[in-house]
Amino acid sequence: MDRNQVHRQVALMRQSFFDQGFLDEQFIQLEELQDEANPNFVEEVVTLYYRDSTRLILNIEQALEKSPLDFNKLDCHMHQFKGSSSSIGAKKVKSECTQFREYCKAGNGEGCMRTFQQLKKEYAILKKKLETYFQMARQAGPKEIACRPKPKLDICPDLEKNYVGWIPSRFRYTFSF
Amino acid sequence: MVFGTSASTQRKFRALIADDDPVIQKIHKVLLNKLGFETQVVVNGKEAVDLFRSGAFFNLVLMDMEMPIMDGPQATRELRAMGVKTMIVGVTSRALESEKQAFMGAGLDDCHVKPLSAEIITSLLKKLGKNK
Repeated sequence: MDRNQVHRQVALMRQSFFDQGFLDEQFIQLEELQDEANPNFVEEVVTLYYRDSTRLILNIEQALEKSPLDFNKLDCHMHQFKGSSSSIGAKKVKSECTQFREYCKAGNGEGCMRTFQQLKKEYAILKKKLETYFQMARQAGPKEIACRPKPKLDICPDLEKNYVGWIPSRFRYTFSF
Repeated sequence: MVFGTSASTQRKFRALIADDDPVIQKIHKVLLNKLGFETQVVVNGKEAVDLFRSGAFFNLVLMDMEMPIMDGPQATRELRAMGVKTMIVGVTSRALESEKQAFMGAGLDDCHVKPLSAEIITSLLKKLGKNK
């Protein structure tokens, strides 16, 4: 398979994450921060998320073993986990977190446990998909893009005269060839 | 030449990130570094307060609402009581307006849902540029 084909496959895989609801706009925000100075930023953030969230999941598991259930504590742990999941754009995981918190508010322990099982499934599915994606992206290598001169950003005249470099892609024109 | 340099003092803008979430720490650090800020990270409000007490100076503080040992509202109240005039922007994953207003009441200049976007940081920089 030539390099262009691999790039196309990577692009299709990436698009499927959004089409199938696994990821949302926040993932694109992370991609916008990746550049030559931080070439593996997205993968690093996702790796950090999965490493740190192991602790959060353990907290929730331990809290679910207690009797009676402390719904305030469960809600607090899940709030943290939801925040972290939102940061990488994990849409389905975030949705399960929201559902879990609804069950906490309702004092529904069975609902919490059922939702938590589903959450762990979505969490694991996303992890596998992203691992495969990053592996393929690494194999494909960087894609060549060219940029037209960046437009001026109206920030503040005194600061703008010293401004160099990075502007989010919303304010930047790019094309690839 | 770097964005965030004061023309009169040639000093880089400095930002303090107070957050116990390592994912948010990394995202905000890279975002601010890209815009030319020097950044320092602390994991709770007490560390933020201690830094200012030791004489550290920052142009901007991104203060998480919920942190262990000392939370964002408490740290913000303490910093304002100390006379700290630095722009303090609250960041929270709580989206309810009432919760954000309560955090604002502690003495914030602004409050946003985390993680912050480039557009929001840019609007904060405009405010910083006007206030320098």
